[in-house]
Amino acid sequence: MTWYVSRRFLQLIPVFLGATLLVYFLVFSLPGDATAAICGERGCTPAVVTALREQYNLDEPFWIQYLLYLKGVLTFDLGTNFSGRPIAVIIAEVFPTTAKLAVMALIFEAIFGIVFGLIAGLRKGKLFDSTVLVLSLVVIAVPIFVLGFLMQFLIGVKLGWTNPTVSGDATVSELILPAVVLGLVSFAYVLRLTRTSILENVKADYVRTATAKGLSRKRVVVVHILRNSMIPVVTFLGADLGTLMGGAIVTEGIFNVNGVGLTLYRAVLNGDGPTVVSIVTFLILIFCLANLLVDLLYAWLDPRIRYA
Amino acid sequence: MRFTRNSRILSVAAVAVFALSACGGGGGSTDEAATDGNTDAVIVVDGSEPQNPLIPTSTNEVGGGAVLDLIFAGLVSYDADGKVQNEVAESIETEDAQNYTITLKEGMTFTNGDPVTASSFVDACNYGAAAKNAQLSSYFFESIEGYAEASAEGSTVTEMSGLKVVDDKTFTVALSQPESDWPQRLGYSAFYPLPADALKDPKAFGENPVGNGPYKFAAVGAWKHNEQIELVPNEEYEGPQDPKNGGITFKIYQNDTTAYQDLISDNLDVLKTIPTSDIKNFKNDLGERSIESPYAGNQTIAVPYYLKNWDGEAGKLRRQALSMAINRDEITEVIFNGGREPAKEFTAPVLPGFKEDLPGSENLEYNPEKAKELWAEAEKLEPYDASEALTIGYNADKGDHKTWVEALVNSVKNTLGIEITGKPYATFKEARTEATEQTLTGAIRSGWQADYPSLYNFLGPIYATGAGSNDSVYTNEEFDNALKEGLAAESVEEGNKAMNEAQETLLEDLPAIPLWYQVAQGGWSNNVDNVEFGWNGVPLYHAITGK
Repeated sequence: MTWYVSRRFLQLIPVFLGATLLVYFLVFSLPGDATAAICGERGCTPAVVTALREQYNLDEPFWIQYLLYLKGVLTFDLGTNFSGRPIAVIIAEVFPTTAKLAVMALIFEAIFGIVFGLIAGLRKGKLFDSTVLVLSLVVIAVPIFVLGFLMQFLIGVKLGWTNPTVSGDATVSELILPAVVLGLVSFAYVLRLTRTSILENVKADYVRTATAKGLSRKRVVVVHILRNSMIPVVTFLGADLGTLMGGAIVTEGIFNVNGVGLTLYRAVLNGDGPTVVSIVTFLILIFCLANLLVDLLYAWLDPRIRYA
Repeated sequence: MRFTRNSRILSVAAVAVFALSACGGGGGSTDEAATDGNTDAVIVVDGSEPQNPLIPTSTNEVGGGAVLDLIFAGLVSYDADGKVQNEVAESIETEDAQNYTITLKEGMTFTNGDPVTASSFVDACNYGAAAKNAQLSSYFFESIEGYAEASAEGSTVTEMSGLKVVDDKTFTVALSQPESDWPQRLGYSAFYPLPADALKDPKAFGENPVGNGPYKFAAVGAWKHNEQIELVPNEEYEGPQDPKNGGITFKIYQNDTTAYQDLISDNLDVLKTIPTSDIKNFKNDLGERSIESPYAGNQTIAVPYYLKNWDGEAGKLRRQALSMAINRDEITEVIFNGGREPAKEFTAPVLPGFKEDLPGSENLEYNPEKAKELWAEAEKLEPYDASEALTIGYNADKGDHKTWVEALVNSVKNTLGIEITGKPYATFKEARTEATEQTLTGAIRSGWQADYPSLYNFLGPIYATGAGSNDSVYTNEEFDNALKEGLAAESVEEGNKAMNEAQETLLEDLPAIPLWYQVAQGGWSNNVDNVEFGWNGVPLYHAITGK
């Protein structure tokens, strides 16, 4: 087990190198001169442009730029963005907020998705099942920004239960509404995955055996059916954490959350290579770690799976 | 001119407010009695994240500009109408429009206690111009003698020879050519003074700037990046922009739509730009709490002369035909719900010296018959090469340009029957890069917002030969000479006459096609009063009161 985990950690190194290289190259290949974004509509004098290019190594060829960036990372210096702010500080500012938002969304979709999916699976074809199926289909079909603006308008503006936007402190209570919006689509998927999985397992031999042994209905449902149905759901949730972290651009925009998604979006528009690469690499590492956690959970959920 | 009349009345009211508070004189309590409303309220307004450290010469966008204008006071400032008034300057004197003697008022201080002296201005200008400091607004000093040496690539010169400190309160400025409108520029942020400490560590200063304006940072670290910037009144400040509230907090929004939701639920006090999606209903939503006020900005499309089809005599005819094929009235009415005014010339209506009936302005009127005629005439001279059909470039990342570009393209297509399409650029920088490198393959939209209230600001930097923003690569000696003559005129009024003569040449040549003037569309919450927008489309923050 320890060997397995350390091997997985070692695998992060090539992933890190490959990801930074690829992302850096993509940002490098974006059309347009990055100094044009800094200088704005009016433009700068040629002397200023030259100075800026020098400052951000923009006049170097791709490989030199990339190696300079790598060198910075290995000496714990991520450099500065085009506004002259240290990228490490920016990451420290935005990551906690987005992590809070993503984890809240994950908890919301996991709890409600699994509970609703379980009930729907056990009561196949009944009113609850059909209602939930139709509603989840609607949620999946409607684009996220429609849901976001709708809920912001109804709950934030019309009912006034919460502020329509999130303040700089990004407290848990402020983040509830954005987290629900962010987790809504995944909630629908978790629900449907759980339901299907439960439906399969309800008919399994070991469930019949457990019932025949005289185990209580509760024990059969929770320990035998639910636990065995969790593998696809946990796989989905693990992968979803990464998506929620980096893919919250729309939700963060609607609720004015100062998070990773928007920071990344702005950096891409400005052609701010070092910032984009640093944030994306961070996201990739989180994604890898979440997947490792999922793999370890498999063994706990299904004892037949062993890691040596 | 619908909105202009309205804004005049409002500005008269504002001037009256100023006058009243000035008459109050002496004790602060009489001042407060003159304005109604709560003068202790902290006003939350929308802002955008400053893109650079808050150093006046390195700020070239509105997010940082709005903050700087509140925490700094320049030699002169502009009132609601864009009229120039002395602020820190006691007097600005010249006999030949080339050599100026500037005297400062007594007793002015920065919020850290340092006095505002002649060197506060001179050092700041020198810092801004010197190439080694790579300041984004360095070109603002180009008129000053010695700028060329200081700003040349790789130059180690750190002082411009045209600036000389005479004593603590006096300095002289020598320009490299006479420019009568030069004092008008001194209210722009690039010319703000800096305390001596600022230049020792500009980066740290930019995080926590210390100024001499009506407001100051609430505390060290009041700028929470991408969240908010908190300003409180500067008790030491004396001048025309005396705060009538307990502070201004810029709440930073990533998009206007979100800010609008905060406005209608009273979580935001003032919104200066109504999002495109709500332009149709904001007057219903807000009623008397909405405002439309024209400001010194316009929208044009620059048609580069290096494009085939658009140069020479045939090109000139085609430009006129293109301009007359655009139905500006309909587009401003349908797309912007009346939130723009069709352009009559190349500047903007709020500026002193503006004239809407210049000879040649008929070239900016929708006239399909004449357009077709002119096009046919151009065809006779030189047939249109359809393989290089015209495109109208716009950036798709900021601002909602797609809708009006499409409308414009259709208007031209229906009138002239030629091939013309909109061309979106993914990012602003991509479009700008092609424009600077002169590799555009079509026309490009170009918006201009005044830095200081002057006709020259809309003409010189864009259409003069070799100017920094001359995207069309236009060059016309007649125009250049008229500009020079205007700059050298003895008074601003005389100068404006020459500027408008220069515009007649532009209206004939049409290096760019003027489309419309900008109108600020904004609103405020139930918690505030006395909201008014200035000549540059920015709310007069200091005049806002609570309820």
